[in-house]
Amino acid sequence: MNQARLWWTLWRAQWRDRPVRLLMPMLAIALGVALASAVYLVNRGALDEFERAARRLAGEADLVVRGAPAGFPESLYPAIARTPGVAVASPVLEVMVPGFRLFGYSGAQRPITEQPKTRHQVLLPVVAVDPFRATQVQPALLGEIAGNLRAFFRPDGIFLSVRAAGALGVGTGDQFDVLVGSSMRRLEVMGLLGESAYPRALGIMDIAAAQWMFDRSGIVNRIDVRVAEGADCDDVRAAIGRLLPSGVTVAAPAIDNERVASATRAYRVNLDMLALVAVLTGAFLVLATQALSILRRRTAFGLLRALGVTRGALRRALVLEGAALGIMGAALGVALGQRIGAWMLTALAGDLGAGQFAGVAGHLAPRPLEWVAFVVAGGLAAALASWWPAREAAARSPAAALKAGDAGIVLARVRPWRAGFALILLGAVLAVLPALHGLPLFGYGSIAALLLGGVLLVPGIADRVLGRMPTVRHTPTTLAIAQLRGSTAQASIGLAAIIVSFSLMVSMAIMVHSFRESFADWLDTILPADLQLRMGQGGDTGSLDAAAQARLARLDGVTRAEFRRTFALPLRRDATAVQIIAAPIDASTAASRLAIIESVAAGAQPARLPPAWISEAMVDLYGWSAGSTISLPLGRDQVAFRVAGIYRDYGRSTGSVVIPRSAYRAATGDASANDGAFWLARTATPAQVEAAIRAALDAGPALQLRTTTEVRQLSFANFDRAFAITYALEAIAVLIGLLGVSVTAASTALARRSEFGMLRHIGLLRRQVVAMLAGEGLLTSAIGIGCALVLGMALSLVLVYVVNRQSFLWSIDLAIPWWQLGVLAFALLAAAAVTATVSGRAALSGDALRAVREDW
Amino acid sequence: MNASSRTALLEVRGLGKRYRAHRPPVFGGVDLRLVTGDHVAIMGESGVGKSTLLNLVAGLDRPEAGTILLDGVEVGTLDDDAATRLRRAKMGFVFQAFHVLPYLTVAENVAVPLGLLGVARRESGARVAAILREVGLAGAGPRYPRELSGGELQRVAIARALVHRPRLVLADEPTGNLDPRTALQVLDLLRGQVRACGGAGILITHSFVAARTADRVLRLTAQGLAPEVLPP
Ligand SMILES: Nc1ncnc2c1ncn2[C@@H]1O[C@H](COP(=O)(O)OP(=O)(O)OP(=O)(O)O)[C@@H](O)[C@H]1O
Ligand SMILES: [Mg+2]
Repeated sequence: MNQARLWWTLWRAQWRDRPVRLLMPMLAIALGVALASAVYLVNRGALDEFERAARRLAGEADLVVRGAPAGFPESLYPAIARTPGVAVASPVLEVMVPGFRLFGYSGAQRPITEQPKTRHQVLLPVVAVDPFRATQVQPALLGEIAGNLRAFFRPDGIFLSVRAAGALGVGTGDQFDVLVGSSMRRLEVMGLLGESAYPRALGIMDIAAAQWMFDRSGIVNRIDVRVAEGADCDDVRAAIGRLLPSGVTVAAPAIDNERVASATRAYRVNLDMLALVAVLTGAFLVLATQALSILRRRTAFGLLRALGVTRGALRRALVLEGAALGIMGAALGVALGQRIGAWMLTALAGDLGAGQFAGVAGHLAPRPLEWVAFVVAGGLAAALASWWPAREAAARSPAAALKAGDAGIVLARVRPWRAGFALILLGAVLAVLPALHGLPLFGYGSIAALLLGGVLLVPGIADRVLGRMPTVRHTPTTLAIAQLRGSTAQASIGLAAIIVSFSLMVSMAIMVHSFRESFADWLDTILPADLQLRMGQGGDTGSLDAAAQARLARLDGVTRAEFRRTFALPLRRDATAVQIIAAPIDASTAASRLAIIESVAAGAQPARLPPAWISEAMVDLYGWSAGSTISLPLGRDQVAFRVAGIYRDYGRSTGSVVIPRSAYRAATGDASANDGAFWLARTATPAQVEAAIRAALDAGPALQLRTTTEVRQLSFANFDRAFAITYALEAIAVLIGLLGVSVTAASTALARRSEFGMLRHIGLLRRQVVAMLAGEGLLTSAIGIGCALVLGMALSLVLVYVVNRQSFLWSIDLAIPWWQLGVLAFALLAAAAVTATVSGRAALSGDALRAVREDW
Repeated sequence: MNASSRTALLEVRGLGKRYRAHRPPVFGGVDLRLVTGDHVAIMGESGVGKSTLLNLVAGLDRPEAGTILLDGVEVGTLDDDAATRLRRAKMGFVFQAFHVLPYLTVAENVAVPLGLLGVARRESGARVAAILREVGLAGAGPRYPRELSGGELQRVAIARALVHRPRLVLADEPTGNLDPRTALQVLDLLRGQVRACGGAGILITHSFVAARTADRVLRLTAQGLAPEVLPP
């Protein structure tokens, strides 16, 4: 007999009879794959874009010499160019420039003071190059400008990417302002760069023009080097390295790329967690639907076995069925995932991703090979998910499967205590392991192990809970409890997906809440004053000279003013530059300005060395510790400091160091500042003082003044926005989990129609049967949600103390949002009860009463 | 006759049923009168409407014509809840496929109707134990249905149908799944218990042997019920 024919006939018959039963596992697989592939796409899109951007700017350079944004003398350039083995060297000046759009006119000059007080500011990355050298090292960078070289040399000319032009609201021939020092300078747009080649905001200028425009004469901060053919790259690097002053490094661009990626890695913790949610929820959903779909049909399988189908043939047929469903579902899921991924990227590119995903959206190039991989993975997952129940179904004696009264007891004995505890133990062990390549891989492993272990314990726990249930004199309740006692394992399978998704959501909620609380405390500490001033938000070119600082400190209504100089300093070539903050601080005021978590007793400090405070990241990245002596390349020399304490810095995960301004000035002679804090007299309003400051500086809109309240509000708004997408996607995962529960509920309800018919015969009211079903749904969900809450809290410990610590390099204090969790749990419980009720109603509808008519 | 002088427990008059408007009725003009202690068997060809008749009597379906009075209550006009409550209090069912809940023990299965009627636990326990003894399953209370044979399961179903002392016991081919010997034991038990409870019973069967356990045997045709003469 041709068995394939037989199976095909059976399968088609099932399809005609109850398409939903077969569609559900397929849909589950589709959703799981969609979630996973969407998150994968976002991750890939982001990484690709970072890489592309880095490569385009680095061009075909073999080596990149890099200094602090403040730069190094361009006299290094001829020395490097003459180094044996160097074919071409191309000097580059990279600056972050605060740019401002002009209002109401373009071209004509107008005094800054007449312009509106607040103007739209765009932080514009400008790359300035020597075109003749650059064409040999970064041909792609200049391809677009080649035909317009004359315009390129104009001292106030700049080429903008389409995105930058859009942000500034300018087109070719328009002008805009940039902040340099504490005054404005004007640039003219010479042309636009192609959007496909330059998806991010960027300006390109001639290096001489930029040096003049941004007051950096004689300064560059990058030199790209192409090594001559036949020369050894490492030898050349060593030779160049010997020429470099401290604070300037030379590295191969590969490391450079990695640096860019690692700078954004922290944000992607979010996405990694989501990927975990997606993959695990999807996998459990697939397992649940496949397992239940096979269990439901076991009587039919018993019949087939009795008719002469061998054990192996049955098993193979079921696994094959799972694979087929998996492949179809995954194909659907990939299509859906592509959509979701594109949507996520648009959302992230907006401002959810804190600007780090800008320009990624347009570049989700379809890769058919990846689609195939996802489809194959979906098929494999479904085949695996079918394998275990298929084995179980095939192993049963056909007589037992056919016997009435056997229904629902197949899995009664499955209580994987030992495997559950073993996995939880494994999770605990993984949690204490250190980061791998700077990534909390073991932390994620720990989460996965804890989750699996937790899910395996659920049937046993449900047993205990149901065993302790008091007996009540309410027949529907009694029946509900009895039914659940007899089918805990089956119910647990149905619950697995929602336990996984909900516990991950709980753990994320706890982590985000903990983070937010710690963040609030941190803001309180670092913002002691009433008014904050920044020169050209985060750019490299704005500053206040000593005279301006003195003028501001003497203003009416200001009781106290503090000024700081912040700048980035590369300390190691394979790490992002460290933020140095020169502030008026000493051992006595440190605790009131920094969120100190560890400090050295004052007595233990040798007085010779000036103190420095380091952020937690410096401990992890550089191995520094409280009490150790460090040296920073300030000015021309290395300056030694004694680490007086360690503080939390939620503003910079790549590390920061606070040093006394006096020490900074002594080493560099630089008395300028780029931000300030003002304490106001009780009688003065922030508006008055702001007006006075603006009048005193005449820097117009480039001066950013905010009250501490505003800064706090803005910070929290940014914070919440960054996590909004996380919440949205987790809600989707939980909804999918809920869908799993409802599918389970609906299918078991359908399978029990004859039972309901009998109960209706012997006198259960329709609503009593529905109440029984709702009770069952509520009880299983309550157990599931309870387990998920406990599991989620355990996971949150790993997230807070391991994953967060290892990926952001800062610590947070655990804070549990009881209220929020309560509402979430309650909402889910209500949803589960509604689901159970609806499926109960459906099962009772129509000729449910005659479901006993196998004999009537 | 003695029986007709007593008040009727079940009085069916001119009962007719049609499933679809343009199709001929399943049957029409069915009259049936049962008094306490009556135990009748109804036979008939397959598809003639025996199960349909039981459904109508049980208030599970609505008649097209005629009336059904159970202890003076018009069953055909009751709404779903009222009919359900009537079944709960006054009827017991035995099905061909037993329909015993797999996740309840034997005793718990039998106790379900008592639970629905709100009988106190102590009394319920005693009545369950008593009826299980009656059906020959003393001591089987804590066992689960999967551990029982078909005949034993049908005894459990009979115990469940009788534990609340219903007025009317409806059995639709209760022995279709049993061997002849066991079938006869079960049927004798059913008749004995119906009598003992002071109610009446309707037994639907295809088997003359089974029908013989009843006091009267009727044959259902499209025109109604008529006495059946059993072959010797
Ligand atoms: N829900 C329904 N809708 C339409 N027709 C029905 C329905 N239920 C039963 N019938 C029809 O009514 C007739 C009587 O069915 P019923 O089940 O009462 O027969 P029965 O006498 O019990 O037969 P059997 O001895 O085979 O059990 C049959 O022809 C059947 O096709
Ligand atoms: Mg019938």
